[in-house]
Formats: sequence, C-alpha cells, structure tokens
Amino acid sequence: MGNFNKKIEVFKDVFFDGGGYKTVLEGLQNTIIIAVVGLVIGVFIGTIIATIRVLPKYKTLPKVLNGLCSFYVGLFRGTPIVVQLLVFYYVLLPLLEIKMAAVTVAIYVFGMNSGAYISEIMRSGIMSVDVGQMEGGRAVGLSYGVTMRKIVIPQAVKNILPTLGNEFIALIKETSVVSFVGATDLYVAFNYIGSNSYEFMVPYLVMAMIYIVLVLLISMLIKIIERSLRKSDRDR
Amino acid sequence: MIETVNLKKCYGDLTVLKDINIKVNEGEVVVVIGPSGSGKSTFLRCLNCMEDPTAGSIIFNGVDIADMKVDINFHRQKMGMVFQHFNLFNNKTVIENIMLSPVYVETKKLKKAKRNNFFVKLKQTFGIKSDSQIIEITKTKAQIKKDARENALTLLKKIGLEDKADIYPSQLSGGQKQRVAIVRSLAMNPDVILFDEPTSALDPEMVGEVLEVMKNLAKDGMTMVVVTHEMGFAKEVASRVLFMDEGNILEQGTPQDIFQNPQSDRLKSFLAKVL
Repeated sequence: MGNFNKKIEVFKDVFFDGGGYKTVLEGLQNTIIIAVVGLVIGVFIGTIIATIRVLPKYKTLPKVLNGLCSFYVGLFRGTPIVVQLLVFYYVLLPLLEIKMAAVTVAIYVFGMNSGAYISEIMRSGIMSVDVGQMEGGRAVGLSYGVTMRKIVIPQAVKNILPTLGNEFIALIKETSVVSFVGATDLYVAFNYIGSNSYEFMVPYLVMAMIYIVLVLLISMLIKIIERSLRKSDRDR
Repeated sequence: MIETVNLKKCYGDLTVLKDINIKVNEGEVVVVIGPSGSGKSTFLRCLNCMEDPTAGSIIFNGVDIADMKVDINFHRQKMGMVFQHFNLFNNKTVIENIMLSPVYVETKKLKKAKRNNFFVKLKQTFGIKSDSQIIEITKTKAQIKKDARENALTLLKKIGLEDKADIYPSQLSGGQKQRVAIVRSLAMNPDVILFDEPTSALDPEMVGEVLEVMKNLAKDGMTMVVVTHEMGFAKEVASRVLFMDEGNILEQGTPQDIFQNPQSDRLKSFLAKVL
C-alpha cells in the first residue's frame, strides 16, 4: 500500500501544484457542455423528426419528409459516433472551408447523433399517448400542430423521461471520444496529468469517480423532474 | 344548419356509409340509434370531418366542410364534440381543459389583428394605399385569459363542479369527466354539439348525471346530434330519431313514430331487443 500512497502524493502534486486541476475543470466543463447542449439539440431534432414520422401519410409532402427523416436516422444510427466526428471535422469542414472549434463541432455532432436516437424514443412516446387526446384537441378546433405541441408531446415527454435520462447518461459517457478531434474533455485532462507524472493509476481512478458522480447527479435530477411531471397522474 | 349530401364513407373495400342525405335544423335534437356496426358513430364523426368522407359533401352554415381546402379547424370551433371516452387533456387541469381552445383562438385573432395594424400603419407612414383597415383591438391577452376563466367557472358552476376547477382529470369520476367534456365544448359557444355515445363508458349510476346535463342543454335550445343507446333519452328529448342499419338511414321520424309505430321489420326487431 505504501506504493499506492506514493502514487496519490504524485497525483496531488501534479493536480494542485502543477495546475492539473485547471485542465480537469476545463475538461469537466467541456464534457458537461457537450452533453447538455447536445441533448438539447437532440431533443429538438428528435421531436421534429418524430412529429414528422407520425404524420398521417396520405399526402405527398409528409411522405417525402418521412423519407428524408428515415434517411437521417439511418445515417446517424448506422455509423459510430467517432466516425461521424472525424468525418465532420476532417472531411466536411475543410471541404466547406469552415473554421470551427473542436468543442463546437463535438456539440453539433453529438446533437445530431442523439437527435437520431431521441427521434425514435420520442416517436414511441407519441404513439403511447391515446389517440383520443389528439381527437379531443381537433374537436375543439385546434390544429394538428397545436394539439401536438400543447397536448400530445408534453404527455409523450412524460412517458419517455426515464428513457431520455438513459440517453443523457449515455451521452455524458460517449463524450470521452471527443479527444479524437482534439477537444479537451475529462479523459484528455486526466491523460494529461498522467503523462506529466508518468503515473496513470490514480488519475484514471479519479476520472472514473468523477464520471460516476456526474451520472448519479443526473439520475437524481431526472427523478426530481419526473416527480414534478407526474403531478397530473393518479397516485401509484 | 348541417346538411349532408350523398355522404359516403368507405374503409378500403368496406362501405360503412351509403349515400346519406340528412338535414339538421337549428334547435333540433337529432338522436341516432341503431345496432353496433351500423355506421352511427362513423356518420357522426363524418359530420365534423373527424373522419374524412369518401364522397359527398357536408354543408355547415353554408360552407362545404368536406372540401379539403376549407379551414376545418375554424368550423370545428363552432361544432363541439363529446366522445365516448371523454378525451379530456390529461396534462391540463379541469379549468385549463375548458380554457385552452377559447384562449388560443382569441389570442390568435389578437396577434393577427396586431400584425395587420402594424402593416397598415407602416404603409400609411410611407403613403402607400392599403387594402386592409385598422382592426380595433378591444382586449389584451391578460383580459382574454381572465374572461375565458370567468366563463369557464360559470359553466363549471352550472354543472356543480366549480370546486374541481384546479384538479387533473385523472382525479375525476367518469360522470364528472363527461360533464367537464361537455362544458369544454360549450366554452367555444358552438352552434351544434355532436355526442358520440356519451354515456356508453359510464357506470350505470353516473349515466343519469350526464343525461341531465344534456337534457338541460336541449331545453336551452342547443342544436344536438346524439348517437346513443339510451332509448329513454331518445324518447324524452329527441325532436327527431334516425334509425341506422348497414350504413343507411332506414327510418326517421318523431320519437313517437319510431318507438310506437315502427315501419320496417329491422327496426321492429331492433326495438324488441333493446326496449
């Protein structure tokens, strides 16, 4: 154990005196920003796609849109997120001659990627809401879109919240691949500390603990939101 | 008020409604009876285009609403509907259920008027002649909400549920839900209300309270089209009874005609079973 204590000392040295905590904070910040903003973008894209995919399909426009959405979902679910990141950063951006920070790229890619997954989650949520809710809205003269926005989607979100929480947790953990395009996240930060001290055991252990704490916090947050949304339900 | 002309509805090869021509006049209570599968509900749902008719037209206040180009939402605001399974909005409280559509519709009008006035003024400042006039704005959004709330509370008081205004539909009994659903359609000040088997999903005990509300509505002169299995209600309240079978209207007449003096064998055998 004496060996391990020494390793902790080395880690403390680099972390506090060597300024390692600054990198870690930056990494933590990036991880959270990428996951949170990515999720927000994902929910936005996902809701739109899900709404389009549940449209009645006897007109041409919904059919075409539905096809496009299927293509989008297939594309983003069919390739690993690392590949999407690399293609976006090293292929698309140079081709379009756009300069963009690695973190920004990561936010967009994670948003679009989770949008594909969330669209299917959201679709199942919308379909789980009784058809009568839509009919009730239409019968008082609200349009399809307004009924969807005010009645169906709020209920769908309530139904899918546990699954959405899953998606958020997955997103937090998946952010550890952004180092492929050179963005600093938690993994990069601790890797940096490790390479500075030639000592990886403690940094990686601390990294794992930070991830666990993050995920536990998120789970708690989801539970609180869920409880406040359940107030229209009967007690069970 | 409502007139169907050669109304036809098919689901694939199955023809549910065959050529229906019916006129509902203002102040009438038309009750539709018939065996299940006869197309009663489909007929009712066609009246406000909840199901799009396959052929024929539905003239409501002089407009053919079966035409896909017509803004159906506008016409549905004047055509309430009450469902078998209530279809109250589960994520809204009772009073929000009632207020939602009136507030939305009024606010939309307000926004439209404001936008219109803005452009008219803009054109005036540049000296361009404009075709549209300034629309007078009488209410702010807060006032719209306040009025809708007051109206909703008055309506709730009528059915004795004003103390339930701020609870969610999941905490109401079936009968209470259905009464709230009726009030929700009343809040739009409709010209006609369609009832799709309003008591079929209720406990026998609660049927009475819902029918009572409907009777009062009829007394107040509301135009109603009611699909129901409650023959007692039909006898007492209806001004006209339609008997449907296999997608046709076999017989129609006053409750007396239909119940005391049925003409067709089909109606006779139906009445023998249900009375």
